[in-house]
Amino acid sequence: MTTPTQPAGQEIGYGDAIREGFMHLLSRHREVFTIGQGLWSPWYVGNSMTDLDKLFGKDRVIDTPVSELACTGAAVGAALCGYRPIVIHPRMDFMVLAADQIINQAAKWHHMLGGQATAPVTIRAIINRGGEQGAQHSQALHSWFAHVPGLRVVMPASVADARDLLVASVLCDDPVMYIDDRWLYERRAVLPAVVERPLAAEGPRVVRAGRDLTLVGAGYAAWLCEQAATFLAAADIDAEVIDVRVLNPFDPREIIASVARTGRLCVVDGGWRNAGWAAEVIASVTEALDPRALKAAPRRITLPDAPAPTSKPLEAAYYPDARRVADAARAILPERRTSP
Amino acid sequence: MGDRAWQSELGGLADPTQYTAPLAVAASDGTRLLGQLRSMLVIRHTEDQIGRLVVDGLARTPCHLGIGQEAVAVGVAARLRPTDRVFGNHRSHSHFLALGGSPSSLIAEVLGKAVGTSRGMGGSMHLFGRDFGFHGSVPIVGATIPIAVGAGLAAKLDGGDSIAVAFFGDGATEEGVFHESMNLAVVYGLPVLFVCENNLFSSHLDIEYRQPSDRIGRYAEAHRVRSLTVDGNDLLAVEAAAEELVGAARSGAGPALLEAVAYRFRGHVGPNEDIDVGVHRRMEDVQAWKRRCPIRRLQDGLVAAGIATATGLAALDREVAAEVAEAVVLARRAGYPEPSALLDLVYARPR
Repeated sequence: MTTPTQPAGQEIGYGDAIREGFMHLLSRHREVFTIGQGLWSPWYVGNSMTDLDKLFGKDRVIDTPVSELACTGAAVGAALCGYRPIVIHPRMDFMVLAADQIINQAAKWHHMLGGQATAPVTIRAIINRGGEQGAQHSQALHSWFAHVPGLRVVMPASVADARDLLVASVLCDDPVMYIDDRWLYERRAVLPAVVERPLAAEGPRVVRAGRDLTLVGAGYAAWLCEQAATFLAAADIDAEVIDVRVLNPFDPREIIASVARTGRLCVVDGGWRNAGWAAEVIASVTEALDPRALKAAPRRITLPDAPAPTSKPLEAAYYPDARRVADAARAILPERRTSP
Repeated sequence: MGDRAWQSELGGLADPTQYTAPLAVAASDGTRLLGQLRSMLVIRHTEDQIGRLVVDGLARTPCHLGIGQEAVAVGVAARLRPTDRVFGNHRSHSHFLALGGSPSSLIAEVLGKAVGTSRGMGGSMHLFGRDFGFHGSVPIVGATIPIAVGAGLAAKLDGGDSIAVAFFGDGATEEGVFHESMNLAVVYGLPVLFVCENNLFSSHLDIEYRQPSDRIGRYAEAHRVRSLTVDGNDLLAVEAAAEELVGAARSGAGPALLEAVAYRFRGHVGPNEDIDVGVHRRMEDVQAWKRRCPIRRLQDGLVAAGIATATGLAALDREVAAEVAEAVVLARRAGYPEPSALLDLVYARPR
């Protein structure tokens, strides 16, 4: 039997931290419930929701028919009627079927009804890729959703954010898309007690201070940046790393201030290049800075503009790793620093 | 499109030469019926005025008029409470008004004015009136059907006897989400009334070219949802069906589908009759359906039963017309939203 919460002071994983967030929300807030495919199964959501149905009941942890659109719509409808549902999409690719309810409905009702209605629904979208899963079991579509006014989009990269941004998302009065990435589940940390903080106060954060260049990423890409910074440090390059955390509404001030100090910007994104999130970061920074503040042209490291492959060597070429991020970062530094 | 498996199952309900007689109202409460007639007249006159505002170029927001379908909204609303959660669609002026929304707040909304029911941010297709149970309407076809299922889930979690209602048209039953939603509602046993106003047309295309049958109730059978199919131009028939199905939903018997067969006198959008838009929509059809007018049939029934006189009904009609005309004057005088609304309303204010 799983213990209700992890003992304090013990190191836990990213998936455990998500579960801690659910535990907090379901125990303290009776208007919270969760709905989605696979919530009574160990298959779908890793260890992030283990036994919640047994602890809180199948009326509040609802497994569903294979109907992404209707289930998301039902969560939106319950949210309009005073609840704070979390609708779970165990794979973001399938969530595309629910796009109407996310983009046309949840994100719009507050504005188009004059502020009289709001849908405080949290849409948990899981990025689950690699492992030769291919084109329809791999996508990271955060850039699409970050484009939509009225829909807050968060991507926790740290273990603490996995829990705390979930809590903040669910307690926020707006619809929020919370995107976690199965590649982050191996991260571990010791967490302090939960503090409920307003989501509107959260934004990009410097997770490693540095002088030579600014590395920016969201979700798994932020962790890649941290790992790349470690490689770079070994070559005597001092990278500053910023974890974007909140993609919409986007507050780029922390990133602009960092690039004003370092003069160099390298953005890593787990999505595609064209019209993607990395472009938004670079545009937001370059339009705010005097061009003379930049010591090199900004650089982005993204997926190639192709669907995800299944074949092993193609997959290895498709996903950037920390080493490639570090190499790309070196390329925008002066020549003297490029030697190992 | 040669060998279509088309079958009309609605029979006389889809034949405008039938169901044209005055309603048999003698056994009903006359005062109540006069109130319902008034409500139907408010809808008719308000939509007529909105059509004029479109013609005059004062309203540009797409206005989908339900003139000819008033009995569906009024008959269903008669069995609802302000604590129920009703959701509409692109053609929802009638639902908003039947539940108790004011013509002035609707017309102001259509004109984009700050005193409109959605504060001037929604227009004709995004209406709201929570105080009287109208929780919102949107034009994406079928979109409020799962939302109503979620409202039904909320009602069940609340533990009271409120229900959720989704109004939609026959076209919405061709969206997958309609079927997903019926399934979800029945699997979870939710108090949801699905109301299909089957007016036999999508925007322009006859149901004969879109489905193998004109009877929407058959989907309820497939989903094991109770259903009734009625003449949507007969206020008494709509209300009796609503009474039965709403009662079942309130008592925990799960969802239900009410199919009300009707016909819109105007085109899909705007005040025109849209003759020869698409395949079959001829002036003779529109004229034939007008002989099944839900208001006229109720008025004739009231006179035949001795509940009202023709003179009295003419006075009522003039009274409602004058009220609605006054609402137009008020709405036209009102101001637009402040420019700050554009950005201030994107997100809720942080608590």
